[in-house]
Amino acid sequence: MALNTIWVVADRAGAKLAPTAFEMVTKARELASTVEVVTWGDAGSVAADAGRYGAAAVHTVGDLGAGLAGPVAAAAMAAQIAAGNAPDAVFVAQSYDGRDIAGRLSARIDRPVLTNVVGVEARDGALVTEHAIFGGAEILNARFTAQGPGIYVIRAKSFAPEESGGGPAAVDTWDVPDLGATGAASVIATHVQETEGPKLDEAAIVVSGGRGLGNADSYKLVEDLAKLLKGAAGASRAIVDAGWVPYSYQVGQTGKTVKPTVYIAVGISGATQHMVGMKSSKNIIAINKDQEAPIFSIADLGVVGDAHKVLPKLIEALRQRV
Amino acid sequence: MRFMNVVVCVKQIPDPAAPARLDPSTWTLEREGKLILDESDSYGVEMGLQLADQAGGGEVTLVSMAPRNETSGLRTALAMGAARAILVSDPVLGGSDALGTAKVLAAAIRRAEPDLVVAATESTDGYTGTLPVQLAELLGFPSVTFVKKVTVGDGKVHVERQTEAGFDEVETPLPAVITVTAGVVEPRYPSFKGIMAAKGKPVDQLTVADLGLPEGSVGAAGARQEVVSVEPAESRKAGEIIVDEGDAHTRIVAYLEQLKVI
Ligand SMILES: Cc1cc2nc3c(=O)[nH]c(=O)nc-3n(C[C@H](O)[C@H](O)[C@H](O)COP(=O)(O)OP(=O)(O)OC[C@H]3O[C@@H](n4cnc5c(N)ncnc54)[C@H](O)[C@@H]3O)c2cc1C
Ligand SMILES: Nc1ncnc2c1ncn2[C@@H]1O[C@H](COP(=O)(O)O)[C@@H](O)[C@H]1O
Repeated sequence: MALNTIWVVADRAGAKLAPTAFEMVTKARELASTVEVVTWGDAGSVAADAGRYGAAAVHTVGDLGAGLAGPVAAAAMAAQIAAGNAPDAVFVAQSYDGRDIAGRLSARIDRPVLTNVVGVEARDGALVTEHAIFGGAEILNARFTAQGPGIYVIRAKSFAPEESGGGPAAVDTWDVPDLGATGAASVIATHVQETEGPKLDEAAIVVSGGRGLGNADSYKLVEDLAKLLKGAAGASRAIVDAGWVPYSYQVGQTGKTVKPTVYIAVGISGATQHMVGMKSSKNIIAINKDQEAPIFSIADLGVVGDAHKVLPKLIEALRQRV
Repeated sequence: MRFMNVVVCVKQIPDPAAPARLDPSTWTLEREGKLILDESDSYGVEMGLQLADQAGGGEVTLVSMAPRNETSGLRTALAMGAARAILVSDPVLGGSDALGTAKVLAAAIRRAEPDLVVAATESTDGYTGTLPVQLAELLGFPSVTFVKKVTVGDGKVHVERQTEAGFDEVETPLPAVITVTAGVVEPRYPSFKGIMAAKGKPVDQLTVADLGLPEGSVGAAGARQEVVSVEPAESRKAGEIIVDEGDAHTRIVAYLEQLKVI
């Protein structure tokens, strides 16, 4: 084993750990002899899940109350490290809270961060990371040059989760030092904007729409098609920014990473920041009226055509079948 | 609140429309030509201007770290209406990582005594997305990232923050750091008057020594990470491209059948 201990910072998905936690624990197990999960909220209820994927311990920083995860988790980890309990590496998900945690921890312990990591391997006893650059056209490998703990911010779906058959992880609570002003932000309300049907990042079929749809009303074609295929509807950032659909629909660098069996891109040009979030889909269909659109370079089936002509016929044809 | 002092972090980057290249000796992005205002930061500038207005008075101070005393991007933001700029430029800063850059920006920002610091969620060329939070920690400020709507009042900011499933309403006392996403506001185009006025606005140019930062804590020496190699990724097999003649939908249906998903 290259390393002794890796901490995996696990986001929560309701009462459970987020899927990214199991992806990272699985990878960490390959690289270090001990993998420990750091999370917030109740630890007891996730000890069995964490253990099943190979984590030896679950450390919780306690209930966040109205606080944000970033300052709380970072301060608790920094306190452990200052007290001599330092891991060799910290894995954090490239999520909303994950970036906050990594940024704050980095400044607190004065250690650098590698972000947008899509692969990690051990070389000569140290970790080397993979980053997809230029929309995934090239892979950049990097490493830290100073003593750890290095902080790695890892994109979702970079590793396949695999159970190890381990028993429940040991559970304890880490103290959170006084946060001062850094902990002063508080959540006063939570709004959920998800639609019915499968979740965007879990669906077997994803149909995404972009600016080429022309207007917000035409997004209904994307939703209808997604529904007929029992898939989820997604979007490019252009139409999220335009307010046609909520942020939770966004696929790409700043949005969700999807890896469905079939990804259908409609009126999406294929900007590098979009491709990085969907390029690993097993099969890609693109509909775009511009033959030169970059999306065609990664499409298995490319249709040069007008979305407003192709989609209604496709929807009709699928309706005929059911 | 009467006077609101907003600091907006603006990155000046190579034109993203030009083909990007990595310097083959250092594996860093080549930054030879003229740099421009990162479009991601134009939202922060607009937001800063609007918030100063909303507060009933205030000013936007720009803070940027860039090579070769670059001011082109700053001039664009000054032309939009920012009052002044602080530019940190120093040859020793080449090869800085996000934490090193955050240390430099934090030192510069402390001089401006901000009520609010605005940055973009992530830059177009670096997209680490961690720098603003590192900055907040170094300044000892609370922070809210991925902000899509902001109102200020009573020494507090009230924001909507993007989440996995929707958004949260978050409140934080000032001073604070927020990061805004694209689309949060519509950046104004600099007017002719604005462009002329920008020429006379103060740009305070500082070096690392001016900021009193310890040597070796910033720049390449402080980065403590290196690129090992860059390789072409496995490319996807080129697929079939068809031109719609009114029957493309049948090809899509056949393809979906072949994949056994319908
Ligand atoms: C830091 C940063 C982060 C980003 N993160 C993301 C991200 O997470 N996700 C993301 O998607 N983007 C992201 N972007 C934005 C990205 O760069 C692009 O601007 C965006 O993806 C473009 O969206 P689009 O393809 O819908 O629009 P456009 O690029 O405008 O493309 C529209 C396409 O529709 C086609 N079209 C037009 N009319 C029709 C028609 N009738 N029928 C069929 N096709 C038609 C056009 O030929 C064109 O190819 C990010 C950018 C930055 C700088
Ligand atoms: N050199 C810089 N000068 C000023 N602001 C910066 C600089 N680098 C990053 N920022 C700010 O931090 C944000 C996030 O940057 P990044 O960490 O590169 O994704 C940017 O969008 C800017 O608002």
